[in-house]
Amino acid sequence: MHNIRAIYKKELSSFFSSPMAYIFLVIFALVNGYFFTNTFFLYNQSDMRALFGIVPMVYLFFIPAVSMGLISREKGIGTIEIISTLPIKERDIVLGKYLAGLTLIIISLFSTVIHYFTLIKFGTTIDHGAVFTGYLGLALVAGVYTSIGVFASSLTENQVIAFIVGIAIVLVFFLMDKLLYFVPASLAGIVQYMSTEFHLSNISRGVIDTRNLIYFGSIIGFFLFMTTRVLESRKWS
Amino acid sequence: MIKIENLTKHYGDVKAVKSISFELEDSQIVGFLGANGAGKSTTLKMITGYLTPTSGNVFVDNKNIIDHSIEIQKMIGYLPELNPLYGEMKVFDYLKFHADVRGIQGHKFNKSLEKVVSQCGLQGVVHKTVSNCSKGYKQRIGLAASMIHDPKILILDEPVTGLDPNQIVEIRQLIKRLGKEKLVLMSSHILQEIQATVDRIVIIHNGEIVADGTSDELIKDSKGLNQLELELLNAKKDDIKNMKANIPSIKIKSQTENEKRHQVSLEYANTSDPRKDVFNYAVEKKWIIIKMNSTKRNLEDIFRNLTKQGGPEDA
Repeated sequence: MHNIRAIYKKELSSFFSSPMAYIFLVIFALVNGYFFTNTFFLYNQSDMRALFGIVPMVYLFFIPAVSMGLISREKGIGTIEIISTLPIKERDIVLGKYLAGLTLIIISLFSTVIHYFTLIKFGTTIDHGAVFTGYLGLALVAGVYTSIGVFASSLTENQVIAFIVGIAIVLVFFLMDKLLYFVPASLAGIVQYMSTEFHLSNISRGVIDTRNLIYFGSIIGFFLFMTTRVLESRKWS
Repeated sequence: MIKIENLTKHYGDVKAVKSISFELEDSQIVGFLGANGAGKSTTLKMITGYLTPTSGNVFVDNKNIIDHSIEIQKMIGYLPELNPLYGEMKVFDYLKFHADVRGIQGHKFNKSLEKVVSQCGLQGVVHKTVSNCSKGYKQRIGLAASMIHDPKILILDEPVTGLDPNQIVEIRQLIKRLGKEKLVLMSSHILQEIQATVDRIVIIHNGEIVADGTSDELIKDSKGLNQLELELLNAKKDDIKNMKANIPSIKIKSQTENEKRHQVSLEYANTSDPRKDVFNYAVEKKWIIIKMNSTKRNLEDIFRNLTKQGGPEDA
């Protein structure tokens, strides 16, 4: 456990010791703020659906960008050899890095809470429960996308490649829901279950079903497990 | 302490390390010497658990590296080749990170930090960013991080490459001090480096161990020949030719005459010293010896011979 914490601390401090984290935070807040306030007063509706619609799209690029360097950079500068020969299990390295990336993303998600205050100030009959589950859903999707980003980062020593591969895999999960028309009816159920949007919309509607939670948990678990295997594979090169 | 048994590593078709075996004991400095690409780093990477052997095994304190890698890694401090570091971290944070992973905290950390900082001479840079430090400092930061937990075994892959002569001397002295209480296994392709620092030399070539021993032992065991240079007055050509018949242990390599001076170059095996016989023969023939100079083979010749393409000399 103290190993996961050590890795976590190191990653988080390396985010915040460079301008990286701040740039990410500002861009995330600006983009979401723009798209939210753009239509908020126009539509004159007391909800945050506009925000919850835009954040997953910003995630598509934002999360692979945050997580692209988590492992690939270590491979690039060779510190992977130091970290792999310290008495730390590969699993703990992956978990520490994953949690650090996720923390940065959750912090940036929190920057959008300011819009909630706008809503409280101007809105009437606000459904606070929906806001809460909306955020919960976004946090869970962030968890899935970060696990994909970490996995992509473990495949290469080039951050740009990690970024592009990350976007590609994230996009698959993001788009599955929209491709249902092209899928044979017999497979539609499976494809729909695999898509993040399907589960996100369930949760955002205020329904917290264990099926959705199991989905998020198992996808995160799968990608973190695969990342661990990729890290272990260096031994057999 | 470290026992290596038939250790083998193949990268695809490339056989980097071919079934090597040796044992290392406590508190000694062992130099792992070989040309670039000889298999030094691969062997060290297998001992530290970074790579898994294709076959064979590494035992540290009777535990094998495949099943007990975490326990073994706790005992080892490792400085990889090229000394990779997290450039954006402060030196203090970097050392703290290593200590955290090693479970050294609070008061214990302060003590260990103080110790490695003074041992490695990092007093001036503790609060600097790693990437702003000079190369010599970086090397010492890497070394300090690898020994923050006071390991019983220290594995250093090319610890002095790229340092200036003063820094090399400093690191060398530090390694020598460490070798009094730890097993230090260091690799190098620079012979002088190894010769000046270590107690025992293991020479590896094309993935095989071609020599193992102290530098004196290696010189003694080498099959090469020593040279004896003579400069003579009053000598006759035929007498010089006959010298071989009287002193069987020598071989005449060359002989030149220049204004009544004869220059003779002899070769003799390591096992014998023919100088006395040569002198007596000269007295018998009434030669005047104005120069007799024996040049022993040094480690460099031996190293070069052992690691020439094509392997050990067949002389």
